[in-house]
Amino acid sequence: MPLDDLTANGARTLTVCNACRYCEQYCPVFPAMEERTTFARADLTYLANLCHNCGECLYACQYAPPHEFGIEVPRTLAKIRFASYEHYAWPRPLATLFRAHSLVSAPLLVLVFTGFMVLLEQLTGSPSGPMRTDGNFYAFIPHGTMVGLFGSVFVFAVLAIGIGVMRFVRDASGRSEDRQPRTADSVWRALRDGMTLRHLHGNGADCVSGEEARYPFRRRSHHLVVWGFLLCFASTSVAAIYHVVFGWVAPYPYTSVPVLLGAVGGLLLEGGCVGLWYEYARRDPALGDPGQAGFDRSFILLLFVAALTGTIVLVARGSAPVLALHLGSVLALFVTLPYSKFVHGFYRLAALWIYERER
Amino acid sequence: MNVLDYDVAVLGGGNAALCAALSARRAGRSVVVVERAPRHLRGGNSRHTRNLRCAHGSPTGVLTGAYEPDEFLADLHRVNGGESDERLSQLLIERSNECASWVEFCGGRLQPALRGTLHLSRTNAFFLGGGKALMNTYYGLASRVGVDVLYDADVVALDLDDGEFRAATVEIDGERRTVRARAAVVATGGFESNLDWLREVWGDAADRFVVRGTPYNTGTVLRLMLDAGAVPVGDPRGCHAIAVDARAPRFDGGIVTRLDCLPLGIVVNRRGERFADEGEDLWPKRYASWGALVAAQPEQEAYCLVDAKAIGKFMPSVFPPIEARSIRELATRLTLPADRVAATVDAFNAAVRPGAFDLQTLDGCRTEGLTPPKSHWAQRLDTPPFWGYPLRPGITFTYLGVTVDENARVVMKSGPSPNLFAAGEVMAGNVLRRGYLAGIGMTIGTVFGRIAGAQAADAAR
Repeated sequence: MPLDDLTANGARTLTVCNACRYCEQYCPVFPAMEERTTFARADLTYLANLCHNCGECLYACQYAPPHEFGIEVPRTLAKIRFASYEHYAWPRPLATLFRAHSLVSAPLLVLVFTGFMVLLEQLTGSPSGPMRTDGNFYAFIPHGTMVGLFGSVFVFAVLAIGIGVMRFVRDASGRSEDRQPRTADSVWRALRDGMTLRHLHGNGADCVSGEEARYPFRRRSHHLVVWGFLLCFASTSVAAIYHVVFGWVAPYPYTSVPVLLGAVGGLLLEGGCVGLWYEYARRDPALGDPGQAGFDRSFILLLFVAALTGTIVLVARGSAPVLALHLGSVLALFVTLPYSKFVHGFYRLAALWIYERER
Repeated sequence: MNVLDYDVAVLGGGNAALCAALSARRAGRSVVVVERAPRHLRGGNSRHTRNLRCAHGSPTGVLTGAYEPDEFLADLHRVNGGESDERLSQLLIERSNECASWVEFCGGRLQPALRGTLHLSRTNAFFLGGGKALMNTYYGLASRVGVDVLYDADVVALDLDDGEFRAATVEIDGERRTVRARAAVVATGGFESNLDWLREVWGDAADRFVVRGTPYNTGTVLRLMLDAGAVPVGDPRGCHAIAVDARAPRFDGGIVTRLDCLPLGIVVNRRGERFADEGEDLWPKRYASWGALVAAQPEQEAYCLVDAKAIGKFMPSVFPPIEARSIRELATRLTLPADRVAATVDAFNAAVRPGAFDLQTLDGCRTEGLTPPKSHWAQRLDTPPFWGYPLRPGITFTYLGVTVDENARVVMKSGPSPNLFAAGEVMAGNVLRRGYLAGIGMTIGTVFGRIAGAQAADAAR
């Protein structure tokens, strides 16, 4: 649903919340809401992205269905949040396209890009024979081709995400601009709260997965995915430095820094993806927006396939079909980064930063 | 017929009921909770509450300063005019000291006072997420420790033998069951949702009352007990009622329909006349008196008018104000006689004396030579935009109940029952028959719920 269609219900919901305020101390969404008396689109996208979807305020709500007010803050904000990723995305039509078909397009992109890798290998690969690598990436596809391809896709993804987040910040921080300077302190506090997922256990206990059902798994799985992803990223960066600065060419030994970082990162990512998938399956559906299940799961799926094939390539080495699948899935992941669930972390950090500036 | 057998039956499903059920279960008894509401609307009026008042000698995690029992008792006397059972009042206040630790013992979480309620930060412990979150915690614990809960269960008959409880007949989905128990706790609230009963007491005016809380407090069990010879306490007209937005739903509107702007402006009735001192006293006394004031007006309706100076100085209500550029236009939009309202406002404006406006104190802004006066916070209504809110009486709960002794035993005409206990709103009249102190309802429920549960466990031995 387009953002503007969601804002009427969002404003109605938050008007009830603002007259009640019982949930004030669950998380920053409510104190931030209390700074406002009306809720325009920009206020709603800000509050929606500040929400960690912990779910406490649904079960605590005296106006939740079947009450005639039918207040469902987690779901209402989830829908606005979902629409906001598309609203701020650059270029927006790509986000619309991916959102509409995410669960189909993610596997499709993996297949297409894997096929593309095989084709590329046929055209540029080593003369040692089709689909043989001997553990050497660059025997499969030459280093220059690989860097050119993945590098440009990555640069595009960073640019697209950056533009989207900047659009969001400009829109959402209208009210905070003149309050506080952009101090390093607010950046630090936002990063700290974001990276520790403070607002998934903001009041000591873990937040809910169902009424009075508190588990740490959703929070822990998020940590696994984030840190796993960062380790994999570090692995690639170290390898790039090895290659460019020292001229050390892959494959690296099992005990080398890139392999160790990649192996640990991959395992964390896989564990985190399994945990998130499981957690979404058992979580009370009333806490989320059923319309974005495909969006969420396509991202988990892409991450998982990329991580798993990466681990196999690292450990087993040399299996060309797996390598093609790995490169294909990583390319699919990178291409879709600005339009997938991946962006939610950046929007969340940006919202936390605005919150810190408003305080 | 379907017969269930327990040591202790708890009738009701709000705070008092759950405190009783958990206390009886802690003593090792088998316990059933008979809740009239469906699962998702369980918890009675407690689901709309947000704090409880507790005495304490020194600052705690969520309470500032100290609130000594003597001060608590003086506060209680100030609102109830000393009309209460002195022993029970003292018992309530003494035991209120344990309420916060009981909540936390049960897994409930407390928080410091909410913004805009700082005047309660010393006296009242707030529930994180409000009363419904606390009820969820209690029900969650009850299920883990093996308390059975019957939902959608309407008590239609009590089997009392000379004041001794034998069984209750319960109707669930049109099917009758007998719940036998060796002791029972009645915690079924007041009768404020029973429109027929309200009409008996208030006449046709009752048709225009808004019931702020649960639609399930029909007073069925209260009436069954009174019919069986329980000694009544309190006046049927005794209730806690405030002025709420007239656009509120008939039931269950809870906190968001209240209007905090009354002392910031003037209040007129359908004839366009003022009828009470809007600046009489500080929150919460004035807050609690407006229900009865509005109920006495034609069509039980009144209108609060403020001007631009008030905007932003009160908690937002869930309903938008009716806005206009002039008093006459506002009156017209509120379907009030414009000439009369304009004359009322002119007379008010002319009577306002200069002073330093301060909503935090009983300031010196008052009217002179006006009847009724506005004793404080009187400022001219002269700056557009003008805002208007329609008001109706919003009844929170009724005080008519059953007399209990210090063990929460229901006192029958023949003497205290050996095994029938009462807690919560249904016996609140023992300590409070008029007026209200913020958070005392949850204190009464918690203190007497725990006493009733423990005593019922003893009686069921």
